[in-house]
Amino acid sequence: MRGLAFSILILAIVFNSLTAIAASEGVDLDFSLPAPQEKAACQYLGLSGTEDFIPYQVDADILVIEIFSMYCPICQREAPKVNQLYEKLKAYQEKSIRLIGIGAGNSSYETQFFKENYKIEFPLFSDDDFKIHKKVGEKGTPFFIALKPGAPEGSRIFFTHSGEIKDIDDFFERLINASE
Amino acid sequence: MTTLKLLFHILWVCVLMTTHALGASTAFEDNIHDPGRLTPIDSKLKVSVGEAAPDFTLKSVSGKNIQLSQYKGKHNVLITFVPAAWTPVCSDQWPGYNIAKPLFEKHDTILLGITTDNIPTLYAWTRQMGELWFEVLSDFWPHGKTADSYGVLRTDGTAERALFLVDKQGIIKWIHVSDINFRPDLGIIMEAIKGLD
Repeated sequence: MRGLAFSILILAIVFNSLTAIAASEGVDLDFSLPAPQEKAACQYLGLSGTEDFIPYQVDADILVIEIFSMYCPICQREAPKVNQLYEKLKAYQEKSIRLIGIGAGNSSYETQFFKENYKIEFPLFSDDDFKIHKKVGEKGTPFFIALKPGAPEGSRIFFTHSGEIKDIDDFFERLINASE
Repeated sequence: MTTLKLLFHILWVCVLMTTHALGASTAFEDNIHDPGRLTPIDSKLKVSVGEAAPDFTLKSVSGKNIQLSQYKGKHNVLITFVPAAWTPVCSDQWPGYNIAKPLFEKHDTILLGITTDNIPTLYAWTRQMGELWFEVLSDFWPHGKTADSYGVLRTDGTAERALFLVDKQGIIKWIHVSDINFRPDLGIIMEAIKGLD
């Protein structure tokens, strides 16, 4: 019986590693973003100063990144839903979870317009030359990446989701389960 | 033996779940044909800023016949030619203009979207974009006649990714022919439109 329990434990570890590898496949988060100009956004991400930062520097248990485009009909349609997700993540007590958006191929003007149009409260960043989009594997938008900034290198990304969220509660549950 | 079976079952579930974690692409993405990198510009403009915009009448996806001159004295018009339906950059251009309606309205500007595709193709394609507030016109037959009158018909029969801003007097006030592989920034369009006020 002990042998069985040990085997299951080993498999669970292997499974978690495989999931992390699969989730991070083709996703390279070795890029930097400019520190937000708004003080509240800096505080939200736990950033001090005005220097560029990398995703792993965000002071949170989990960072969720949405790769979106203001030109993407699904991103537009789901923007209110992603706002709900933001509220849900903010209200979650057991872990600190932060959400940011990166506008693939969107200029600063376009990113700002999207933010204002959908009354988005979480920080958005412009990726006007698609450099970040290429880094994350040129996935169709919207594309979500969840990572643990404090985890060892190679196992930080634990969850990705491509396309519509559809059900916020289901998405949230899958995200939390994957982070365990 | 039972333990082995159980372990095998767990391992199989792990493999399945790992594969699922990769996710699937969106339905829209699956329907897009990527022609690869194209010659940035493949035509020569036949109009200039300050000239009268060549008039045209084209059939719209909504079933109307739309004539450019019907907006004379009423609205500014931004004519937006895009190369082809169901291609990557084009599919991501008009949906952005769709949510920017208040910005265009603020400066009394309407949009006319034009491609050289036929109406059934445009109908199916634009349905993926949500409900567009502007008319989408087909320059399919005589093929590309309107695009050619502006000098934006490419040698393969598609149009350039081109913008023509026509004021209420029917005069071209701004022209922007993009590299076909890239979408023009909404910011520069709004700057041009503000210039009409």
